[in-house]
Amino acid sequence: MASARSTAKLVSAEVTTFAITMLGLLLVTFLIGRVIPIDPVLAVVGDRAPPDVYDKARIALGLDKPLWQQFLTYLGQVARGEFGTSVMTSNPVILDIKRVFPATLELATLGTLIGVSLGIPLGVAAAVYKGRWPDNLVRILGLFGYSIPVFWLGLMGLLLFYAHLGWVGGPGRVSVAFDDLVTTKTGVLILDAILEGEWEVARDAFSHLILPASVLGFFSLAYISRMTRSFMINELSQAYILTARVKGASETRVIWRHALRNAAAPLATVIALSYAGLLEGSVLTETIFAWPGLGRYITASLLQADMNAVLGGTVVVGVVFISLNLFADIMARVFDPRTR
Amino acid sequence: MRKLSVAGALMYGVAAFMTPAYAQTPKDTVVMAKQIDDIISLDPAEAFEFSGIEAIANMYEKLIAFDIKDPSKLYGDLAASWTVSDDGKTYTFKLKPGLKFASGNAITADDVAYSLQRAVALNKSPGFILTQFGFTKDNIKDTIKATGPDTVVITVDKPYAPTFFLNCLTAAVASVVDSKLVKANEKDGDWGNAWLKQNSAGSGAYALRTWKANEQYTLEANANWKGGTPKNKRVVVRHIPEAASQRLLLEKGDVDYARNLTKDQLAAVKSNANVVIDSGPKGYILYLGLNQKNPNLAKPEVREALKYLVDYTGIEKNIVEGTYTPHQTFLPKGFLGAIDDKPYKLDVAKAKELLAKAGLPNGFTVTMDVRSIPPITDIAQAIQSTWGQAGVKLELIPGDGKQTLTKYRARQHDIYIGQWGPDYQDPHTNADTFAINTDNSDDAKSKPLAWRNAWAIPDMTKVTQAAVLERDSDKRKKMYEDLQREHMKVSPFVIMFQQTEVAARRKNVDGLVIGPNSDTNLYANIVKN
Repeated sequence: MASARSTAKLVSAEVTTFAITMLGLLLVTFLIGRVIPIDPVLAVVGDRAPPDVYDKARIALGLDKPLWQQFLTYLGQVARGEFGTSVMTSNPVILDIKRVFPATLELATLGTLIGVSLGIPLGVAAAVYKGRWPDNLVRILGLFGYSIPVFWLGLMGLLLFYAHLGWVGGPGRVSVAFDDLVTTKTGVLILDAILEGEWEVARDAFSHLILPASVLGFFSLAYISRMTRSFMINELSQAYILTARVKGASETRVIWRHALRNAAAPLATVIALSYAGLLEGSVLTETIFAWPGLGRYITASLLQADMNAVLGGTVVVGVVFISLNLFADIMARVFDPRTR
Repeated sequence: MRKLSVAGALMYGVAAFMTPAYAQTPKDTVVMAKQIDDIISLDPAEAFEFSGIEAIANMYEKLIAFDIKDPSKLYGDLAASWTVSDDGKTYTFKLKPGLKFASGNAITADDVAYSLQRAVALNKSPGFILTQFGFTKDNIKDTIKATGPDTVVITVDKPYAPTFFLNCLTAAVASVVDSKLVKANEKDGDWGNAWLKQNSAGSGAYALRTWKANEQYTLEANANWKGGTPKNKRVVVRHIPEAASQRLLLEKGDVDYARNLTKDQLAAVKSNANVVIDSGPKGYILYLGLNQKNPNLAKPEVREALKYLVDYTGIEKNIVEGTYTPHQTFLPKGFLGAIDDKPYKLDVAKAKELLAKAGLPNGFTVTMDVRSIPPITDIAQAIQSTWGQAGVKLELIPGDGKQTLTKYRARQHDIYIGQWGPDYQDPHTNADTFAINTDNSDDAKSKPLAWRNAWAIPDMTKVTQAAVLERDSDKRKKMYEDLQREHMKVSPFVIMFQQTEVAARRKNVDGLVIGPNSDTNLYANIVKN
């Protein structure tokens, strides 16, 4: 009984936090949209519109009403699940997001997979061989990861792997020859292609995906390996490691079963946050690779003062971020018995 | 180390899957890399952005078109002939027989009347191109009429110069839509606007297959086109925002055309034997607007001095070579009455003399709002340096395009560096904004560029207004020539360059027409070997 009550309490606390965070997020984004020195009517009618057309659009956008009233109207719409129509695309914002989010999702997921699958072993190796070459390698990788601008790495990657070596596809999600061959189900192109058994399309899509995902994966790797290293160094210096070794456990067992298991809880948070960061959409990567993802969508909308789209996109980012945070909390509970 | 080997196996799998799927562009498809994120609608009555207009030009036809080699020559596109009544107010058009829309429906006078009525009634951004002739929602039924299956009669409110009205009919807003198809997709009296934003109902060389905003549009050859089915079945235009990425795609052969290469990339692809560069003059003009609310800029000598302080040839050579050419009048080359006088060149001594005459021998400090995009930023910096030589201290305020524009429209700038593209192929389009200001008060109804720079010109306004009513073409031409000469001497506009549009293509593809405006960038003749 006690545990059920505490779970209910926990859930209601999380829901309240979620609601407050979302409200704050909406308010801040809404206000940013109103204080930026860009006239949103311009986005609708363009620079050349005569005054009567301009006024008509201004009233249609509700911009003649006081600020608080505009915000309340907007909240009401969001509560009903309406995000309005994007000026830029003339589509309902919901439809746009359904289109751009899967593009970012596949990029971020593969990027994170690359980051995790290479970053954790590298971080562990660095901790085990502290002060020796694997450690130095990880530190140099980390340094690059923090200091190389993403657009430079992206362009260099394209120049080398696409233009010179021809190993991967160029900017864009799929080659033109494979356009419109699969129907959109999930929006994640590779998945849709595999579901329809279009292996050629899946392969082509993958050859376009791997490079931008690797670029993002590299940054995620640099971060994850560095964090893994410091968590592992901390664990390996603990008394229980000494005990395990004294008991005769093999070094592999000590490192992977004992130390890493205990480093897993903080690591889950690091990975979740890094994944969330990639899911917001990496604007520069998406621009260089002509990737129609969420980051570019929100940025382009903001620069066009297309506020419905910006707010809709922000809600998605907020939900993703909060959910992954929640997920990280749960994972920490699973890995760390002390938090149960 | 089990996990490491798992990761290794994973990488092998990845590498095996990754062997490049060679997908050069298909034989019957032309692929373009282009920045098309400005498209907000593909409805010809609504679209007013460069990319949208270009797409529409390839999907729709108009009554009249102009010869892109000599824009002063008009010819009938859907119209077989036309006459103007003696009082200069009534135009009668006869349609060519036997023409069809992409849908298979016949093109009739009803379609023409419906299309023009629709554009007037919707009155979206480009609507003024038609409504300036006195058409309103309430009078369209009387002023734009189909009087027979192939006859359309249009009555304007004043005896305008016929060239003025006919030139306006060559704009995208006057495109003829398939009225049966559009009416079938009307919703709540929206004239089919919501549907036509994302679909096409025209008779041009191509029809719209798909448009995904900020991603790509795909056009499919129209078998009913009066010019015969285009050789290329499909044209795919992909939004590739980054010019460096466009270059890589082109050099690799994954696209046939790269449309937005900058000066440096053009220089780089020149050495590629598989790439050819096409170009054509565009009507866009690059200028500085000097706000007359600033007391220093309001002095005539200062305005003239600043015109002598721009290094026109240096900027062309070092920053915009191949993409802009020096041009100093408000009418771009290719327009009726355009002149190519270039009286100004960098002359610091002369500028200093003029500044001294204005009582500012030591110069002054002034700001300029600058869009943070190439080549605008670089040009602004070059200007900053030459102005400095005469003691004019120029502070640059960088900003996003919409942001600087918002400030400009509110007349809160000192100097604005901007671009202006004509709305239709008639000299009035630029005269109407550079040389007309009917009311210079802050709450004026009409806000042309002259107003934005607070330039009060009651006399010049009268001259400009008279030019649209001059029915003798030669006299009209002379009026614009004189107007430009006067304007370049006294105006607060430092007009510097005219844009050249450039398209880099693969050697085996050719035939893109680069006309003087977006309305005349045509895909129909593109062939691929």
